[in-house]
Amino acid sequence: MTTLQVFFTVLILIAVTAALRFLPFVLFGGSAHAPAFILYLGRYLPGAMISLLVVYCLKDVSPLIGSHGLPEALSILLIIFLHTWRHNTLLSIGGGTVCYMLLIQLVFHTQ
Amino acid sequence: MPGWKTALKKSFPHTLPVLTGYLVLGLAYGVLLRLRGFGVGWALFLSGGLFAGSLQFVALGLMTTVFDPVGAFLLAFMVNARHLFYGVSMLKPFEDAGRCKPFLIFALSDETFSILCSTPPPEGLAPKQFYFWVSLLDYLYWVGGSVLGSLAGGFIPFDTRGMDFALTALFVVSFLNHLEKAAVKLPMVIGLLSAVTCLLLFGAERFMLPALGLILALFILLRRPLIKMGGDEIQ
Repeated sequence: MTTLQVFFTVLILIAVTAALRFLPFVLFGGSAHAPAFILYLGRYLPGAMISLLVVYCLKDVSPLIGSHGLPEALSILLIIFLHTWRHNTLLSIGGGTVCYMLLIQLVFHTQ
Repeated sequence: MPGWKTALKKSFPHTLPVLTGYLVLGLAYGVLLRLRGFGVGWALFLSGGLFAGSLQFVALGLMTTVFDPVGAFLLAFMVNARHLFYGVSMLKPFEDAGRCKPFLIFALSDETFSILCSTPPPEGLAPKQFYFWVSLLDYLYWVGGSVLGSLAGGFIPFDTRGMDFALTALFVVSFLNHLEKAAVKLPMVIGLLSAVTCLLLFGAERFMLPALGLILALFILLRRPLIKMGGDEIQ
């Protein structure tokens, strides 16, 4: 590819992504103009999307190969424990991340 | 409304997990770009102009093979279709954002979305101040990380493997916060079931669009019971 072609490729990516981001706001211009069905979606979608995101960021973890998803599973269990216990977002995220780093750097590093 | 500086101070701690994750991933991305022959200008252009981490990583392949505009279009749509759903979710929260609104819409990443949806604005702040700072800080972390990676070429004095798990942890905590706060839990079940089902059926590379479709279908089917559970402000 020439530099110009790479540039156009990136422009296409930018245009499509920006369109997807702006489209709902352009179509419904703020909730006052949105149809009831869209308002209904807007009210309940966040819960569904947050669940989807958890699955999305774990999509490449396979229980069948490598470390069998154990570092992820253990770290998430620790996050749930910490968060139920202290309810401190930074502590839960920090603890889970450090746990995961230790697990993959020191315990599961052979795989 | 307190000053924007106070708002920055109160909003910053909420972005610490994103700071950790974006810096590490951004650095890695800048290094990858450099390895493929794209310098700091490209890092700025891609991270600053596109600001879509997953797509930026997948598109690395696309940038080094034959010119394929249709492929680029489809890839961007497939990877980022979920932004349509974020937009619909934020129609109301962003309603009163005034001049910040276009930026908030442009800079809404997975991570920013999950913070804004699961964290009430800190005591005393106007929602738009919190939205603005979280969005801007997250944006700068990503752009800064990419530029740094491109310039410094992966020189980090300690082992960062696994640090990007901060973002997974952020999603898990957002999930827990939302689970606790939400009056109706069914949407979370819908999201989880749709995502897991489609992941098993279609695999990691292709599950996003079917999962979004299934979520939408279930929301259409379950509209009445959901509205009833939520106590009906919307007919």
